[in-house]
Amino acid sequence: MSNPIKIALIGNPNTGKTSLFNSLTGLHQKVGNYPGITVEKKIGSFHLEDGQKVSVIDLPGTYSLNPSSLDESIVTEFLLTPDTKEYPDVAVVVTEVENLKRNLLLFTQIKDLGLPVILVVNMADQIQKKGITLDIETLEKQLDTKIILTSTRKNTGIKELKQAIKDYQSLSRKVLFSESYSTYKKWLSETYLIGFQEVTDKQKQIEVKKEQHKETVKRYQFIGAALKDTFKKDQSQATDFNSKLDKILTHKVFGYVIFMTLLLVMFQAIFSWSAPVMDFIDESFAFFGEKIAALLPEGKLNDLISQGIIPGIGGVVIFVPQIAVLFLFISVLEESGYMSRVVFLMDKIMRKFGLSGKSVVPLISGNACAIPAIMATRNIEDWKERLITILVTPFSVCSARLPVYTILISLIVPEQRVFGFINAQALALLGMYLLGIIMALFAAVILNKIIKNKSKSYFVIEMPSYKLPLFKNVFYTVVEKTKAFVLNAGKIILAISIVLWFLASHGGSKFDNAEAIVTAQYENVDIDESELNAAIASYQIENSYVGMMGQAIEPVIKPLGYDWKIGIAIITSFAAREVFVATLATIYSVGDAEDEGTIRSRMEAATFADSGEKVFTFATGISLLLFYAVALQCAATVAIVRRETNSWKWTTIQLIGMGILAYLFAFIGFTIFK
Amino acid sequence: MFLNQLQKGQKAIIKNFDIQHIPLKLIELGCMPESSVELIQIAPLGCPMYFSINESYVAIRREMAKQIEIEIL
Repeated sequence: MSNPIKIALIGNPNTGKTSLFNSLTGLHQKVGNYPGITVEKKIGSFHLEDGQKVSVIDLPGTYSLNPSSLDESIVTEFLLTPDTKEYPDVAVVVTEVENLKRNLLLFTQIKDLGLPVILVVNMADQIQKKGITLDIETLEKQLDTKIILTSTRKNTGIKELKQAIKDYQSLSRKVLFSESYSTYKKWLSETYLIGFQEVTDKQKQIEVKKEQHKETVKRYQFIGAALKDTFKKDQSQATDFNSKLDKILTHKVFGYVIFMTLLLVMFQAIFSWSAPVMDFIDESFAFFGEKIAALLPEGKLNDLISQGIIPGIGGVVIFVPQIAVLFLFISVLEESGYMSRVVFLMDKIMRKFGLSGKSVVPLISGNACAIPAIMATRNIEDWKERLITILVTPFSVCSARLPVYTILISLIVPEQRVFGFINAQALALLGMYLLGIIMALFAAVILNKIIKNKSKSYFVIEMPSYKLPLFKNVFYTVVEKTKAFVLNAGKIILAISIVLWFLASHGGSKFDNAEAIVTAQYENVDIDESELNAAIASYQIENSYVGMMGQAIEPVIKPLGYDWKIGIAIITSFAAREVFVATLATIYSVGDAEDEGTIRSRMEAATFADSGEKVFTFATGISLLLFYAVALQCAATVAIVRRETNSWKWTTIQLIGMGILAYLFAFIGFTIFK
Repeated sequence: MFLNQLQKGQKAIIKNFDIQHIPLKLIELGCMPESSVELIQIAPLGCPMYFSINESYVAIRREMAKQIEIEIL
């Protein structure tokens, strides 16, 4: 079979490029990373009618080949590196009919790279609606390319596009502007990093920018001339619907009311929609664990599977419903164009805290998971605003905190109603959300005072026209984000569960001889067999490796009201916060094999070994809640902050700063309520 | 006159700006001398400002708008 034809989808943001990618490839896509950075690399494939395979790379959206952010620089770098595996045989530049003029700027640049280019004009279904007339034949000649009209919404033009891809060898490779593609490539490779990276040579930066400015003006003049007779738009029809919606959605009162209502609906949905599914997952894994334990022959393997692996996987899967619902909302809001209005509404307010309007999306996403949230800060142009956003995003109440909060709250807050109708436990959880927001803003204010500004404040955001979100796109986004979470966090959590199980079921000589030692201790005491077994088990966990670790840190955490078992959970949950729950589950189920109930009832029954008092008192609960609200207990976040800030200094400041704050908060909380 | 002084619904032509204070991205979005510009909306607290520049819809902050010289149509 012949080699696949390689194509690259290139285009401005909001042109429907990703919709086109989804239409072409369906579920035949995978997400990887570009080497060294965390920008998602989306690759897919499909077959032409004659069986020829076509592989597609969906490059990040960009306005030009002169990048102003990391995401955008990927596109230029990729197109300047012909020896990469995915380097395209043909570039497919995706534009949108309403913003054709601006979209064509990138097209003229791609053309100058000397690649065969197909120009896709998407959202063709809008042509009549918006009063647009387009003379394709003439425009094709002017731009020296093949034009395909598509509508991913109505699914038209895909067949024609596939045909054009098939015939790509007949396309022109002539450049439009530069002397030759090699001079343009040379110029690009010398200058493309200057725009957004820190440079020492200010003079050179200004000169390059002047050249880029001149180049842009020239390209626009060319585009203006090409469109003059080929593209006509009836302005009155085009803007009517948008401006009406804008009047309401960015209104000084209704704008905020609508945004707050949407947030409330979103969080309500996250809890009410996902609660039954989560209960089901929780019970299924408990049931499954028991069944496996009973089915397999007793021994190490049985223990590993039923007490290590199954609860470990359960601890990851349980987040899927919440993450999926949150990303469902976020992607609908982004697809519709509403998110840009939120940025517009919130910018001035957020700036008072040293943040940007663009910090709103990361802070909201942080309520699912800090990792995609921190990646979403990339479009904040201002270095200082971006850094502060990255540093405070982990205060948002991510999904991994929820199981910790839920369990602690259910242990210390009675299940009753306040004023007869508000669920007290729900109120406590709301309080934790407020605490997260307050902490984030408070930290931002402090950081804003400390961090020196490197560059002038700089903020540009496109306000795309409103669109009805496409189900297909929303669906793919949700699947992709959820999958990324399960795979990334899942790996760490599963590994930790297994290590933990090992550490909890092995130990020194005292551990190995537990039965003999304990039996000898109770020689003259009259107890029945089950009591003796429990005593042996608890002696074992105390003398296992993990028990030793917990006991070693007990003096440090005693002032916070924690025993060594909680100490173990704090150590292991640095991998990810939810491991706290899984760890306690493992510890208590190993220590008390008789009780096959759920994690919560095991925790409720826990007592201090020496005094026999309950471990999870109100004060300890408060102390733990505060600790988990503040501490950066997430290895994956540390890794992503390091990559995104490219600085160990800020990563360390964040990790240690949040750690010290957490200890203080927990200590004060415990002391007050003791 | 500068872009930050434009009234809602008013149209103007961009005359001049110091390229040092304007990000390339704004230029690439269509902000360049002789481009038409219209103020669509100002955010509730007076900033940012939402313009249609050369048929692109963009929001920028007041400080940046201050750097762009215009002529009212």
